[in-house]
Amino acid sequence: MSFNHHAVIAIYNFEMARTWRTIAQSIISPVISTTLYFVVFGAAIGARITDIGGVSYGAFIVPGLIMLSLLTQSIANASFGIYFPKFTGTIYELLSAPVSFVEIVVAYVGAAATKSIILGVIILATATLFVPLEVRHPFVMAGFLVLTAVTFSLFGFIIGIWADGFEKLQLVPLLIVTPLAFLGGSFYSIDMLPPFWRTVSLVNPVVYLISGFRWAFFGAADVGIGISLAMTLGFLAACIAVVWWIFRTGWRIRT
Amino acid sequence: MDTPHEAGYDAGVGTGESSPQSVMPRPSGPREARPKDKLHVRGIHVRYANAVPVIFRTRNFFAGAPSSDMVAAMPPVVSIRNLSKTYASGFHALKGVDLDIERGEIFALLGPNGAGKTTLISIVCGIVNASTGTVLAGGHDIVRDYRKARSEIGLVPQELTTDAFETPWDTVSFSRGLFGKAPNPAHIEKVLRDLSLWDKRDNRIMTLSGGMKRRLLIAKALSHEPTILFLDEPTAGVDVELRQEMWALVRGLRDKGVTVILTTHYIEEAEEMADRVGVINHGELILVQDKAELMRKLGRKQLILQLLAPIAEIPASLEAYKLELARDGHELTYTYDTAGERTGITALLAALAEAGIRFRDLQTEQSSLEDIFVSLVGRHK
Ligand SMILES: Nc1ncnc2c1ncn2[C@@H]1O[C@H](COP(=O)(O)OP(=O)(O)OP(=O)(O)O)[C@@H](O)[C@H]1O
Ligand SMILES: [Mg+2]
Repeated sequence: MSFNHHAVIAIYNFEMARTWRTIAQSIISPVISTTLYFVVFGAAIGARITDIGGVSYGAFIVPGLIMLSLLTQSIANASFGIYFPKFTGTIYELLSAPVSFVEIVVAYVGAAATKSIILGVIILATATLFVPLEVRHPFVMAGFLVLTAVTFSLFGFIIGIWADGFEKLQLVPLLIVTPLAFLGGSFYSIDMLPPFWRTVSLVNPVVYLISGFRWAFFGAADVGIGISLAMTLGFLAACIAVVWWIFRTGWRIRT
Repeated sequence: MDTPHEAGYDAGVGTGESSPQSVMPRPSGPREARPKDKLHVRGIHVRYANAVPVIFRTRNFFAGAPSSDMVAAMPPVVSIRNLSKTYASGFHALKGVDLDIERGEIFALLGPNGAGKTTLISIVCGIVNASTGTVLAGGHDIVRDYRKARSEIGLVPQELTTDAFETPWDTVSFSRGLFGKAPNPAHIEKVLRDLSLWDKRDNRIMTLSGGMKRRLLIAKALSHEPTILFLDEPTAGVDVELRQEMWALVRGLRDKGVTVILTTHYIEEAEEMADRVGVINHGELILVQDKAELMRKLGRKQLILQLLAPIAEIPASLEAYKLELARDGHELTYTYDTAGERTGITALLAALAEAGIRFRDLQTEQSSLEDIFVSLVGRHK
């Protein structure tokens, strides 16, 4: 038994069952909020800004909106998924089971990523109702979707392990991720900023995600696709390193 | 209910009443053949080789000093050596515990609140990391060989921790998968039926009563057909009737060869259920003894006679009674076995009258497991 696949399937199914049980808040509410963004930003602001780099403003914000949901939902799903058993005490079973930490991570992160990918696809489908869309590089787009979902689910998993209260669980998404996502060029091109703020924006990792994703849609973006990919993979590697460290030390898991 | 297990022990040489098969560690479901199973079988033969059970039964051994012949006879199913735990707070919850659990026995861990029972169990099950010491479960090191060790173990925790929105069927199936077993609906059904949860299988767990939830935790622990079952205070909050059912279930498991380790605050529970009893206090195992041995001690009574006039020494005519003189010759104590055919009390009283010793009062005393427990725990404060 070098890989306990029964356990991975069991955890994955358990998490997905939770998703279907809470279908309203897990799928429908992000779709509604995205629709609102379209109405507010697309219609209101889009009327003033006609196009950015030859792309209509309505279409321009689609990749950013998807990324916004992908980021926040991946983190929320994965952090909640592992935090909740800690909170209720049912984690005893996970700890006493013949499962390795890698299997636990694969199952939880896999389920959280699956859910966000489904969500991303639904939002994309919703977007096509509002604006005509054509994806220039569908495979790159799909690749970025999966990569981002996995990376940020991993990030969420770390937050879920770290958190010892519900406030902490919401702290990082609320204070760090959402601002970074909004300032990451979801609704504008960072080229539209004054040079100083443009430089500051380049410190924001979300800029690279959105930029890369946008490139897959329109073939052009703020920063090169290579740099975007490298930054995303770098963040993935950092998350894996932290998870590995948690695994080595048993930090916040075993007393 | 006298179990075949006990009968086999009592007979020593085998009365024929006991059925050895009934205590064989026979897996209840289909299981792939593993080399280890050979060992089980050999163990049983050794166990039933006439003399060995007698040794098991009568040895009054203390933790930390398992005799070599016993270890050679059959490897313990759980072997704990020098186990200590210091929590992050600096609290020493366990202090160098040594303990061997024999295959197929029911072992009761008895101790007051905060004694370290849950800590001990949590370490064996992999929930808490030990500070020092080693543990083997089913012959596997719980750290190095954790997959094999944990596959053998089922745990029913002290706290009622269940998911709220799941159904019993789903959660028990989940547990089975988690422990690396392929789905087996027939086994899940059997477990749910055994625990009288079959009717509730599709209800949300939060609609179950406390007693049902506890049974559900047992069902989860049994979902992967463990050979070692830990029950941490299984009868807390369970009514009398249900308690009886639970004990019947535990005995049934033991008869199938499952080793059961339970913790309790209640002496009667240990008395009723266990083959052996361990007493733990302040993180130290202060006594590990065969229950029968403890019961034998309990079976002894003392007759205390308050004499009218003190005597300097016991007359030679009373020597056979092995009396003890106390309180400056004011008190005579006679110890007898209630289990014996005759207690010798009538004869003693006649002999006393003949010797001219008269008494103004008498009383009898029996030390209970409770007394032993209280005095043990008190001494180790
Ligand atoms: N996570 C922890 N951090 C610090 N101290 C702890 C922790 N868990 C338990 N302890 C302490 O260790 C001691 C032993 O606790 P444990 O739960 O093992 O006792 P117990 O014998 O199971 O008691 P009870 O009969 O009340 O269940 C207690 O004094 C407890 O306060
Ligand atoms: Mg306890």
